[in-house]
Formats: sequence, structure tokens, C-alpha cells
Amino acid sequence: MRWLRKNLIPIIGILVLVYLFVPIAVVAILSFNKPDGKFNVAWNQFSLEAWQNLCGVPGVCQSFVMSIQIGVIATIGGTILGTMIAFALVRYRFRGRSTTNLLIFLPMATPEVVLGSSLLALFLNLAFPLGFWTVTIAHIMFIISFVVVTVKARLQGMDPRLEEAARDLYADPKSTFRYVTFPLVLPGILGAALLGFSLSFDDYIISAFNAGTLVTFPIYIWGAAQRGIPVQVNALATLVFVLSLLVVLGAQFVNSRRRRKLESSAA
Amino acid sequence: MPALAPVAGGTKVPSGAGVQRRARTAYLLLIPGIAWLGLFFVVPLVSLFFTSLQAPTGTPGVYQPGFEVANYVTAISDYWPQFIRSFIYSGIATVLALVIAYPLAYFIAFRAGKWRALLLVLVVAPFFASFLLRTYAWRTILADEGFITTTLNALHLLPDNRILNTPIAVIAGLTYNFLPFMILPLYAALERIDPRLIEAAGDLYSSPFTGFRKVVWPLSLPGVVAGTLLTFIPASGDYINATLLGSPQDRMVGNAIQTNFLQFRDYPVASALSFIMMAIILTLVFVYIRRAGTEDLV
Repeated sequence: MRWLRKNLIPIIGILVLVYLFVPIAVVAILSFNKPDGKFNVAWNQFSLEAWQNLCGVPGVCQSFVMSIQIGVIATIGGTILGTMIAFALVRYRFRGRSTTNLLIFLPMATPEVVLGSSLLALFLNLAFPLGFWTVTIAHIMFIISFVVVTVKARLQGMDPRLEEAARDLYADPKSTFRYVTFPLVLPGILGAALLGFSLSFDDYIISAFNAGTLVTFPIYIWGAAQRGIPVQVNALATLVFVLSLLVVLGAQFVNSRRRRKLESSAA
Repeated sequence: MPALAPVAGGTKVPSGAGVQRRARTAYLLLIPGIAWLGLFFVVPLVSLFFTSLQAPTGTPGVYQPGFEVANYVTAISDYWPQFIRSFIYSGIATVLALVIAYPLAYFIAFRAGKWRALLLVLVVAPFFASFLLRTYAWRTILADEGFITTTLNALHLLPDNRILNTPIAVIAGLTYNFLPFMILPLYAALERIDPRLIEAAGDLYSSPFTGFRKVVWPLSLPGVVAGTLLTFIPASGDYINATLLGSPQDRMVGNAIQTNFLQFRDYPVASALSFIMMAIILTLVFVYIRRAGTEDLV
């Protein structure tokens, strides 16, 4: 009883963590299912069919590739624009700072339906054709804010003495940036890019409003939900999940090893 | 930790040494991104407002500039139940998420030790799995013949004898989907609390519960505010959970906006709905931030 009281919080915490993963486990398990009927919602029979033939259903892989293309372009665009804003906000004094902060905050405080529908209203009024570019434009828009806050936090958390030291050692501003500031901020920028990509790749609502007839991976899943989601979709989603998790855990591992090495050489 | 930053805020480094004062460079850095947000966030909102006042031309799907306040009357009189449902469902989901997230955030902040970084990765990991599929997976978990539904039914706890296609499923889905948005800001706030403060409370003979209530909880309020906002806002606009897990009687505002825009092509009413939604959310956010006294959210 005393043991339980002492460990109550860790136990609840771990239960919550398990809860976060239950639906993901369901998605992964059902990727090995041979569904009875159209709807892949209940376990029927083990099968590797979907994994052996990932593109076996028409449209799945096209939509998957489409989402990757949009994700890559939107991430590059959003990360560059957002990083520039973050640098301006942290490193410079200028008029209009609070307006800028508000403009960064508002897209994150606006429900996705409003973001998506307002962009659609604009594109309709301009008679702008919907498709690849309207979706990409929308994705860059919502990625920017997330990049700004992520990179800003990294810049603010940086030890200012490192750059002072570079200047004391006669580095000009350009080399200080290139050899000290940028490498220190880079993990933050990469993290922001990863976040941006996963937001873009997984976005349904904003894309649905601005896609016209274009089919991204989430739009494909939404359409398939009515008539039965192919097992291949579960397999592809599981693959994306495992790969992303490996990338993040790998980065974490490299990072902590580098830190330990730095600490031991400092001591 | 990418997804942490939006809410962590970061520590303020004293300005001075690192801060350069050339405003011109600052504007050059700002202009492209700000222009993008201006063109594709601010201008669309203006466009949304004008669309919400457009008048029909007689041809379906085609509208002309006008001042049709009637669109707003239609939006409210036809869809007020969806508005109420949206705010009730997302309100309940936010409270549930707070209750569920707090122990985990507390555990990671104070008790996780060297596992902290790994646990934080695990908290954001669900974002790497498709939102739609994770939501759809609840159809399997909450299925009528499934373990959870049959157990609760045996205990006579379910008013409709089922979970799927009822508001309970919608709320469960919303709670689950936005949980990481609650955990991360809570963690960020808790992590800044000096554990010695909790010890001090104990040394001064406060029970663990009083210590929590008088020390930890007040200090974690900025995280509670940020977390509830980051959960409530996306949940109230969501229509994925209502569509995939609820019945047609459980539809939310998001559904109304989506069907009016994409199926009925009634752009003015759809825009009016969207604009009302935006106005309500922004009012709630500002009132809430004022009352909670935490303005430094970004």
C-alpha cells in the first residue's frame, strides 16, 4: 500500500503514455490483417499482403508521394521564412515587434477550419485554380509560426558568451555567424523543419479546403474512410511512424552522446 | 524538442551583448515571412469577411458583392446547435485532457530522471502517426462488441448501450487527439519549478496534497493556461472526430463550415459561420488570458 502511494504518479504517468500509443498499436496491428469485408476495423486473419504490395491499391501511392512533395517544398519554404523572422525577433530591435509577435501567434490560435476556409474564400474570389500550389501555399503559411517559436526558443536559450568569445578572438560578424551561431542554432532549425514536415504531411482540414481535385495522403484516407480504408494505408502510416520515430530517437542519441563527450572533455 | 518550443517560451537572455541594433537588416529578414502571413493569413480573413456579406446572383455557387447581414442570421439560426455542441464537446475534452495530462507531465518533470528526454519524444511521437488513422482506430477500440463497450455495458454505465456514434466517442476522440498539446506546456511549466520548493512545503509540515495545492499548482498555472488553449482551440474547430466517431446528430461547427463550403457551395453562409467561430475563439482567448494573467504565451 505504501509502495503504491509512493509510486502512484509514475504508474499513472506510464498508463497515460500507454493510452497515447493504443490507437497507434491498433493501426499497426491492422496493417497485418486480412479484413473480413471492406472495413478493416476488426481482426480477422494474419496476412503480409499489404506489406508485400504497398502500392497494390490504385491511388494510394500517388497520394502518398503527393504529400511528400508538398511536405518537402512547404517545409523548406516555411523553415527559411520562419528562421529569418526568428533571427530578426531575437537579434534586432525594430519598431513593430509586438505586431509581428501577434501576427505569429494568431495563426496558431485560429482553428484550422477558419484558416482553411478563409484561404479558400480568397482563392475563390480571385478565381485562382485550386490544386498543388494552393495547398503548398497554405502549408507554408501555417508552418511559419511553428518554426518561428521553435527557432526563437533555441536562439534565446543560447549562451551569449559563446558569441562574445568568438568576437574576443577577433572573428568578424560573418565568421561568428557561420562558425558559432549557425551551428548552435542548426539543431533547432532541423527540429523545426521536422515538425513542419509532420504537420504538413498529416494535415487534412486545411488541405481539404484548398485542394480542389488534388488528392494528398490524408485526403485519400478521408475519402476511403466511407468505403473502407485499404490495409496498405495502415502499412504506409506504420512505416512513416516507425521511420520518424527512429530519426528522432537517433538524433536524440547522437545529441546526448555529443553532450557527454563535451562534458567529459571539459572536466 | 521541436514541438515543445511553441509553448515553452524559452528563457529570456538579457539583451545587450548579442543584440545588434540595425533595424534595416531586421526588416529585410522580416519582410518575406511577414508578407507571406499577410497575404495568406490576414488577406484571406478580410476576404472571408467580404464573402460572408455576399449576395446570391441566382446561379447556384455564384455570388456578388453585397451587404447581406442575413447570412449571419441564417448561420446562427440554422447552426446554433452545432456551435453549442462544439464548445461543450471541446470544453469537456479540454478538462479531461488536463486531468489526464497532469500526472504524466508531473512525472516527466520531477520523477523521470535520465528518461526525461526519451519520454518527451514518446509524448510527441503520436504526431508521426496519421491523425485520421489514429482517430479511425478508436472505431476498433470502442466497437460495440469490443472489450470496453461490453464491460461498461455490463455495469450499466452507458445510456445508449454503446459508445460509437454517440457524443461520448466524439469527446473521447477529441481528448485523445489533442492530449500532447496539453502535456507539453504543462511539462514546460512544471519543469521550471524548483523541486526544493516542494521539499520546503513538506518541511513546513504541509501534507503532500496541501503542498501541491499551494505550491505546485499555482506555479504551474501558465502551463495550464497554455495547455487548455492549445487543446480547446483545435478541438472546437475540429470536424474529423465528429465525422468519424459520432452520429449525424453529433456534428460540430467544423462540419457545418465544411459542408456549406465544399458541398452546398453556399460560400456566404459558410464564411459567416467561419467568421463567427473566429470571433468567438479570439474573444474567449483574450478574456481567458486576461483573467489568468499570462500574456507571454508566444
